[in-house]
Amino acid sequence: MSVLDFLSQTLRIAVPFLLAAAGGVLSERAGLIALGLEGYMLGGAFCAAAVSFASGSPWLGVSAALVGGAVLALVYAVGTIRFRGDQVVIGIAINLLAVGLTRFFLRLFFGSSSNSPRVPGFGGTGTGFLALAYNPLVWIGVIVLPTLGWILYRTPFGLRVRAVGEHPAAAASVGVPVTRVRYIAVAFSGMLAALGGAYLALDQHQFTDGMTAGRGFIALAATIFGRWNPKGAGLACLLFAAAETLQIRLQGTHAIPSQFVEMIPYVLTIVALAGVVGRSVPPAALGKPSTE
Amino acid sequence: MRKLLILVGALLIVHVVLLFVSPSGAAAPASRAAVNVGIVFDLGGRGDKSFNDGAYLGAERAAREMGARVRFIEPGEGSDRESGLRLLAAEGMDLVIGVGFIFTDDLTQLAKEYPNTHFAGVDYSVATNKDGKVIPPPPNLAALKFREEQGSFLVGALAALVGKSKKVGFVGGMNFPLIHKFEAGYIAGVKRVCPDCEVISQYAGVTPEAFRNPGKGKELALSQYQQGVDVIFHASGSTGLGVFEAARQTNKLAIGVDADQYDEAPGFVLTSMVKGVDNAVFDAIRRVKEKRFQGGIYQYGLAEGGVGYVYDQHNERLIPPTVRARLEQLRRDIIEGRINVPSTR
Repeated sequence: MSVLDFLSQTLRIAVPFLLAAAGGVLSERAGLIALGLEGYMLGGAFCAAAVSFASGSPWLGVSAALVGGAVLALVYAVGTIRFRGDQVVIGIAINLLAVGLTRFFLRLFFGSSSNSPRVPGFGGTGTGFLALAYNPLVWIGVIVLPTLGWILYRTPFGLRVRAVGEHPAAAASVGVPVTRVRYIAVAFSGMLAALGGAYLALDQHQFTDGMTAGRGFIALAATIFGRWNPKGAGLACLLFAAAETLQIRLQGTHAIPSQFVEMIPYVLTIVALAGVVGRSVPPAALGKPSTE
Repeated sequence: MRKLLILVGALLIVHVVLLFVSPSGAAAPASRAAVNVGIVFDLGGRGDKSFNDGAYLGAERAAREMGARVRFIEPGEGSDRESGLRLLAAEGMDLVIGVGFIFTDDLTQLAKEYPNTHFAGVDYSVATNKDGKVIPPPPNLAALKFREEQGSFLVGALAALVGKSKKVGFVGGMNFPLIHKFEAGYIAGVKRVCPDCEVISQYAGVTPEAFRNPGKGKELALSQYQQGVDVIFHASGSTGLGVFEAARQTNKLAIGVDADQYDEAPGFVLTSMVKGVDNAVFDAIRRVKEKRFQGGIYQYGLAEGGVGYVYDQHNERLIPPTVRARLEQLRRDIIEGRINVPSTR
């Protein structure tokens, strides 16, 4: 096994994590728990596959994923911001809704409860880096967290997002439209996570039922393990992806039980939350509805 | 507040009214002459292109040929599996079938509660006690089991004979005994025809999610193909669709499972290890119809046509005649007991 093989596989596995974790950081920094990432991803994956199949264009599929992710995220936003519902409960509801909706439409459009037919994706065959370079979603995945970091820390909008996540009342008192900023942050978080789903579906050239298989929750773990900043979350995603690659490659050898390697992301998240590696401070207003 | 109360009241009335409406086709009165069969599907339900569809085909054939009345229930996520079975048993069905190993405990329980109803479980997993002795299922419950190891043995031999690199691969879904049967048979088949061949076997995970993770399946397969494997057998549900995608991307071969999966990646699917769920279900219904249903463990292997591999106009160009002849010889050897295929690792 060559180092390049290992790195390219790590990157392939990391792309959906990176995209969804960007959504996670954005949503949580605005004060809204990003439990729905898994649902946004699944919805995005389905929209990408369905529209790519119908139109023959993966680019239209990606656009549809953006719309689908935004719609699911806005349902969450309306429930938590407008109606001030419990964010954990509504987040879980979004995930269940996405599972049910995608299954329903899968059967309606394609007459199967298992998978869609083959859909056009982005080009590139083989297993190396060159194949990855043809996939624009990989490029987006690579630049998304640095870009988000720049937005959060270098632009007025980013400052507003961080302010409404830390102290919405203070932000409101200086004229920040708290509700609007939160809606925008959540909508974009849905779109980013949906891009991660679109990557999965277009890379697999089909949608299969439940194909995200917990990746949204891994991305949420990366958000927390990365202490709610884009740099940390990005490194966490790469670490989790490297752990999965390692697990895949160690399995044949029976050197270490694969279950141990599979635990790494979850154990690390618990370690981070327990404050073992420095203090981990979430945005102060995370999970609280704002009283603008 | 008052509006809310009115709304809740209205919903309540609608709900109660709906209790008395019977949907068309459902709950037809149990007829004396025909056999009444109820089937509860595993997750995925109809259209899974796998064993749920197999069970549906078998039941449909029974309806056509024997006039059986069949009712299907597709449970959603979670715990309403048991209630589906219970509903059918309470309605006085002659035979209640649960499709999938997941129904094992519920079927055992219900068979005890409804001793006059016949039950059958596809892939029912028979329990053993402390001393390793098999605990027989209740007398009114038929465990429909398949000798997956025998079919896997044949596709293992095929993979070793067709592959040129002396390396073949296996991708399993959830790492647990049902899938170990496939792996054990496959490895035995490979070693039978090519003792110095290497088998790389990997699993997608340790939870049921591992059957629905094509992204993981694709990565596992890519890493195996990179290590020089040129044929991979998957026993991993829709995770295996990722294995097919990897085969397509690297121009290698893969072997499907449960049903003929040629259409998922034409030209890249060497064959499929098929399970005759349709025949097993049809068989169970016929036994009830002919009033000779008996509980116990039914094993469907190569001899009974319960498992096998696909060889038809699609894949015959991938399988040379000499290889085909060798496989048929192995099949006869297994049926006649000259080869004993292991079912555990």
